[in-house]
Amino acid sequence: MTGEDNGEHDRSRRFCDAALPYLDDVYTLARYLMRNPADAEDAAQECYVRALRHFDSYRGPEMKPWLLTILRNVCNAEFARRRRKQETPTDFSEHEPAAEELPIWQEPTSSPETTMVRRQKDDTIRRLVAELPQPFREVIVLREINDLSYQEIAEVAGVPMGTVMSRLARARSMLRAAWNGAEGAMP
Amino acid sequence: MNCSDSATLLNALIDGELDAGHARDVEKHVAACSACAEKLTEFREIHDAVSAAGLKMAAPAHLRSRIEKALPLPARVIAPRIFIQTSRRRFFSGFAAGTALSAALAASLFLTVVRSDQDQSIANDVVSAHIRSLQAGHLMDVQTSDKHTVKPWFDGKVDVAPPVVDLTAQGFTLLGGRLDYIDGEQVASVVYQRRKHIINLFVAQRLGTKHAIVATRIVQGYNVRHWTDQGLDFWAVSDLDPQELGEFVQKISAALHPAGPA
Repeated sequence: MTGEDNGEHDRSRRFCDAALPYLDDVYTLARYLMRNPADAEDAAQECYVRALRHFDSYRGPEMKPWLLTILRNVCNAEFARRRRKQETPTDFSEHEPAAEELPIWQEPTSSPETTMVRRQKDDTIRRLVAELPQPFREVIVLREINDLSYQEIAEVAGVPMGTVMSRLARARSMLRAAWNGAEGAMP
Repeated sequence: MNCSDSATLLNALIDGELDAGHARDVEKHVAACSACAEKLTEFREIHDAVSAAGLKMAAPAHLRSRIEKALPLPARVIAPRIFIQTSRRRFFSGFAAGTALSAALAASLFLTVVRSDQDQSIANDVVSAHIRSLQAGHLMDVQTSDKHTVKPWFDGKVDVAPPVVDLTAQGFTLLGGRLDYIDGEQVASVVYQRRKHIINLFVAQRLGTKHAIVATRIVQGYNVRHWTDQGLDFWAVSDLDPQELGEFVQKISAALHPAGPA
């Protein structure tokens, strides 16, 4: 084995150790953006391949927002590609039905003591988040699930802080209204 | 503060994004304005509901291995190829010499070289999995010090029933269990702790060469112990010092053979 291979191998290893711990974050955002498991997996894989390619120029500060920025670009590129293919622009936020495309919940997150009521509530929340139009869905996932700061969200989404703040406020208002509606519909 | 555009400030307050001065101003306003107080409660409820709903998804295990395969890791691919080429040359030169013995010898040499290389690659994987488990905030899928909870948890999730031993009295606390992925195989990890040091004990079938005696390695500064017992492959990884990790391995082995001399 040459020294060069060794260096390349070390670099890949360092990348895996630094980046793979965020796979759940990357995958979750991909699921909410792409809306189905197969596309989300493709996007996550492409994200890691691209990230390794740019790992040399990565100077921090945080790995998670950096990966999520790349993921978001991958998803947007895919949507742009599909739009070009279809010729007629499609607003994917109107592409129903998101809820059915979301998965049964992953096992580790549902603890045995989770009650029926609680699970129903969580399922409803998940559906409501999935049904938000894209910019609002994105900001909610980045804030509430990926746990990014406003500054990091602004960087990932490529918009000013003020936009992040107004979108987040709007997103929570929409969720609140939808939640009231859903609760009213419950027995 | 203007009530008509208070929504962004109320949300920033909930998210802890306001500096102390602004936070105080907003709180003071909310205390005096019932409309904004109500809005704050509503935003906070929806924030709590969303963050408590456990919306974060676990990436499927096959995705992790798929990504690892997609990333170029030259040493793991190239190294065995080099070994195979040289070994084959020896293998064929053995035939050329016309003695079956030297051919057999060369073949066994070939196997030894390739297998031990496979062990090294698994040892690297095992240490990476250990580091990942520490970094990801995902050390355990099932968190309990009760071995009667950990053991059944693995049922149906992996194709082995990993022994789960309570070594609390011997200074190794059982923390819980986790599913992990090593060398493309789903494996069980039983997690122990000694003082501040975490020990991942990976258990699987067919995870490297069979070692009746314990094989010792150091990878990236972590101590690794690998052995085979009752048809299972065990890989223990920790930053614990070698002697104490050795002690841990002994205790586990002893617990597996309660009637034995150990």
